Amino acid sequence: MTQNQSLFFQKFGITPNDLQRYLGEALSAGGDYADLYFEYLTSTSITVDESIVKSASQGISAGCGVRVLADDRTGYAYTDDLAPEKIMRAARTAALIARGPAKSPIEGFKENTSHQLYPIAAPSAEADIAAKLELVMRGDRAARAYDPRIVQVRTGYFDEVRQILVIGSDGTFASDVQPLARLSLTCVAKSGENSAKGQAGGGGRVSVDYFQTERTPEHFAREAARQAIIQLDAREAPAGEMEVVLGPGWPGILLHEAIGHGLEADFNRKGTSAFSGMLGKRVASDKCTVVDNGTLPSRRGSINVDDEGSPTQNTVLIENGILKGYLSDKLSSRLMGMPDTGNGRRESYAHIPMPRMTNTYMLAGDDSPEDIIRSVKRGVYAVNFGGGQVDITNGKFVFSASEAYMVENGQVTAPLKNCTLIGNGPDALTKVSMVGNDLQLDEGVGTCGKDGQSVPVGVGIPTLKLDRMTVGGTGR
Amino acid sequence: MATHTEILSGVDAGSRELASSVIARAMKSGATAAEAVISEGTEFSTVVRMGKVETLKESGSRAIGLRVFLGKRSASTYSSDLTESGIQQLISGAFELARITSEDPYSGIPEPSQLGVFSGDLQLYYDDVFSLPPEERIDFARRTERAALDADPRMKNSDGGAFDAAVGHRVLANSHGFVGEFRRSYCSMSSAPIAQDESGAMQRDYWFSLARTMAKLESPEAVGLEAARRTLRRLGARKIASIQVPVVLDPQVAGSILDNIFDAVNGDAVYRQSSFLAGKLGEKVAAGNITVIDDGTIPGGFGTEPFDSEGVPTQRTPVIENGVLKSYLLNTYTAKKLGLKTTGNASRGLAGNPGIGSGNFFLEKGSRTPQQIIGGIKQGLYVVQFLGFGVNMVTGDFSRGASGLWIENGELAYPVEEITVAGNLKDMLNNISEIGDDLEFRGSTASPTIRIDGMTIAGA
Repeated sequence: MTQNQSLFFQKFGITPNDLQRYLGEALSAGGDYADLYFEYLTSTSITVDESIVKSASQGISAGCGVRVLADDRTGYAYTDDLAPEKIMRAARTAALIARGPAKSPIEGFKENTSHQLYPIAAPSAEADIAAKLELVMRGDRAARAYDPRIVQVRTGYFDEVRQILVIGSDGTFASDVQPLARLSLTCVAKSGENSAKGQAGGGGRVSVDYFQTERTPEHFAREAARQAIIQLDAREAPAGEMEVVLGPGWPGILLHEAIGHGLEADFNRKGTSAFSGMLGKRVASDKCTVVDNGTLPSRRGSINVDDEGSPTQNTVLIENGILKGYLSDKLSSRLMGMPDTGNGRRESYAHIPMPRMTNTYMLAGDDSPEDIIRSVKRGVYAVNFGGGQVDITNGKFVFSASEAYMVENGQVTAPLKNCTLIGNGPDALTKVSMVGNDLQLDEGVGTCGKDGQSVPVGVGIPTLKLDRMTVGGTGR
Repeated sequence: MATHTEILSGVDAGSRELASSVIARAMKSGATAAEAVISEGTEFSTVVRMGKVETLKESGSRAIGLRVFLGKRSASTYSSDLTESGIQQLISGAFELARITSEDPYSGIPEPSQLGVFSGDLQLYYDDVFSLPPEERIDFARRTERAALDADPRMKNSDGGAFDAAVGHRVLANSHGFVGEFRRSYCSMSSAPIAQDESGAMQRDYWFSLARTMAKLESPEAVGLEAARRTLRRLGARKIASIQVPVVLDPQVAGSILDNIFDAVNGDAVYRQSSFLAGKLGEKVAAGNITVIDDGTIPGGFGTEPFDSEGVPTQRTPVIENGVLKSYLLNTYTAKKLGLKTTGNASRGLAGNPGIGSGNFFLEKGSRTPQQIIGGIKQGLYVVQFLGFGVNMVTGDFSRGASGLWIENGELAYPVEEITVAGNLKDMLNNISEIGDDLEFRGSTASPTIRIDGMTIAGA
C-alpha cells in the first residue's frame, strides 16, 4: 500500500467496498462512466516583506469529487466532508445527469504502473518550517545587496503536497503524492523619478533541498534585482510589425498561448478552436517540432498520473510543422475516438477535469543563438515575459515582455519597456525562420488558467526567430 | 431529472458558535489576539451546449481560517476539516507558526472602537436563487443559448449557455468580542455563441446577467440576443496599420481600467511603493471630470458587505474627486503603515493576512450617450475587448492586445483585431476626455463608456 492509499484508507477509514458502493450509487441512473477523486492537500506559505516575516500560513483542504459521464454530458458533485454518507450524497447528486437503468462498475480495481517522477515528500506541514524561512530571508538579503537602488523586496515561499486517489468504474485505480514548491521574488528599483519592477522565481515538484543546491535563493534574487535595475533605463518599445527573437526558456509561453490551448481536445471536439479540423495540416514552419511532455522528472508541469488516473505521456503536437495531435482527457478521447493522452487535469476536488497542458516545449534546432541575433536587421529580442492570453476561437494571442531589447543591425541595443507581442495562433509559427540549439525549460513558476481553474504548467523553447510579429509599444 | 434539494439544505447553524469557540480556545492557549472566519457556500451550475446539457454541478462546502497573535507576531491557518481533531490542529498549527514569524509593530486586529456592522438592509440575500427545480434552471441556460443561435444564420456554434446560482454565509469573530455574519445570494446567466463568416473565420463573444435575486435577472432571450450582437459585429475583422487616434472603451473594457485604478490605490501597493499613485494623495492625478468612488454600502451591490474582513463597517469612500486623489483603499495594517485610517476595505479568503478588496468601485457617469461620444470622432477605435496582462502598476505602463470597431466620421465602420493599444496610465487618466451616461453594475467594478486620447495603436 502506498503512502496516500494508507492516508485515505486509514485516516478516513475508506474501504474498497465503500468505493464500489459509491461508484454503484453514481451509476444508479445509468451513464457511461463514473469516477471518484479523493484529494488531501496541505500547503505552507511564507512571505517576507521589508525584511520581516509578514505572513506565515498553513492549511489543509480535503474532499472528494464524484463525476458521472453520460454521452457528452457530465454530472458533478463534491464534498469536503469524507464521511461515507456525504460521499454517497454527492454520488447521488452527480448521478442525476443520466436517466436510464442502473449500471454496475467493474468488479475489482487494477492499478496502473506509473512513473515515479518526483521525490515522495513528507506532508508540507511536517517539514521543517525554519529551513523554509531561512531560504526566504536569504532571498531578501541577496536582492537588497545587489544594488542600493533596490528599494523594495518581497520574497515568498510556497509549497504543497497533494495526495490523490482516483477510482473509476472501468477499474481505474491510481494514486499519487505530488509535491510542489516555489520560491519567488519581486523587487522595485528607484532612481530619481524612475521606478521599475523585476520578478524572478522557480521551483518544481521538488523538496526543499532543491533551493539549497540546484537553484539557490541568491540565484533568483540576483535575477529579480538585475531585471529591475535594467528596466530603470528602458525606453518605449516600438509599435508595428517587425522581426522578433525570443530568448530560450520562459518565452516558450508563446507555444502555450499560440498553439497549446488551441490543441486541447475539448475545443476541437466542439469545433470552437481556430485549430479545429487542421490535423495533418501545416501550422508551423518545418523547423518546428512541439511536444507536451508530462513525464519530465521534477518539473512543475509533470505528474505521474493525471487527475483521471491515466499515466502522463510525451505527446507530439507538431512535427516538422505538421499538426499531429491533440491533448485529450477520457471524455474527449471517447467521443472523438482518439487516444487519451493523459492530459485530464483539474484544480481540485471541487472542479471537473478537462484537457490541460503539462510541460509544452519546442525541440532544439541547429542555429546558434548568436547567429540568430546577428541575422536581425531591426527588431525586438524578448527574453522574459509576464503573462499571456489567447482567444481560442479567433486564434489571437498576446504575451507581454518584462525584459526585452531593441536589435539593430545584428546588435542588441537599448532595453525596452511596455512591450506586448500579439499574433495569430494558426500562423504565428509559420513565421519561425530560425530555431536555436539551446532548448531550455522555464524555471518553474507557470500557472495556467482555463475556465476558472488553475493548474501548474511548464513551457520551453530554444532561441527562436519569427520573421514578423506585431510589437505593441508606443515608440518608433 | 429529479429535484434534488438535499444537498442545498442551507447553511449550518453552528458556524457562529464554532467561530466564537475557536477564538475562546486560542485566547485560552495564550494568544494575545485572534480572529476567525468561517465561509460556507452552496453552488449550482449548469451549461447547455447546442441544446443539450453539457454539465450539471451541485455542491456545498464549509471551511475555517484562523489568525492568532502572540504580541506583535502572527500567523494563520485554515482547514476544511471541522472535526475536533481538525480544529485542534488548526489552533496548535497557528501557534507553532506564529513563533517563527517576525515582530511587526504594525500588526494587529482593529481597535474595539473601529469594529461594527453597517446598519440597514443591504439586500444581499434572497433564497429565491434556489427556488427553481433543476429542469427550469437548465431551461434558462438552454433559452439563452438558443436566443443567440437563432439570432442570425451566421451563428454556427456555441460555447454554451450557462446558469449559475450560489449562496454563501460568512461569519467573522475576533477576540474583542466581535461576532458578525451575513448571507449573500447570487444567480447569473450567460451566453457564449460563435459566429462564422463565408471564409470560415470564427468569432466568439458573450454576454451575461448577474443578480442577487431571480426577480432581477434579465430574460434569457435578452441576454442571448445581446451576446449574438456582440459576436456578429466582430465578423470579418481586419488588421490596421499602426496609428495614434482617440479610443473609446465600451463599459466592460472601461471597467478593466477601473480595475487598474483600484490596483493603484490598493494600500498594499501604496505602502510598498509599488504603485504609480503612491505619494500622490491630494494631487491632481486625472482629468477634472473624473470622480471615482468606492462604496461598500450600496443595497444589493455585488461589492456590498455589512463589515469588512476585519469587522470594520464598510463605507463610501471618494477615491478620486474631480481629478484629485482623495483616498487610498486601506485595511488596518496598511492604514497604520501609511499613518492613515482604515477605509473598511480589508478582504480575505481563509488563508493568510487580510489584503485589500473593493466595495462597489465605479467611475461616476457623465452626460453624453455612447452614440454622441462615438459621433464626435472623425477617426478612432471603439475597443470591445482587451487581451493579456500588459499593465505595470509600478510605472503605469500599459500595453494590451485589443479587438474593436474602427470609427470613421462618427460611425462604426468595420471590425479590427490583432492590434495592441498602448500608453501610460498616468497619461491615460488625464486624457479621459469624455464619459458616457451608461453606468451599469454587472459586477463590483463598473464604468460608463469613456474616450481616451493620445494612445498608440500598434498593428501591421
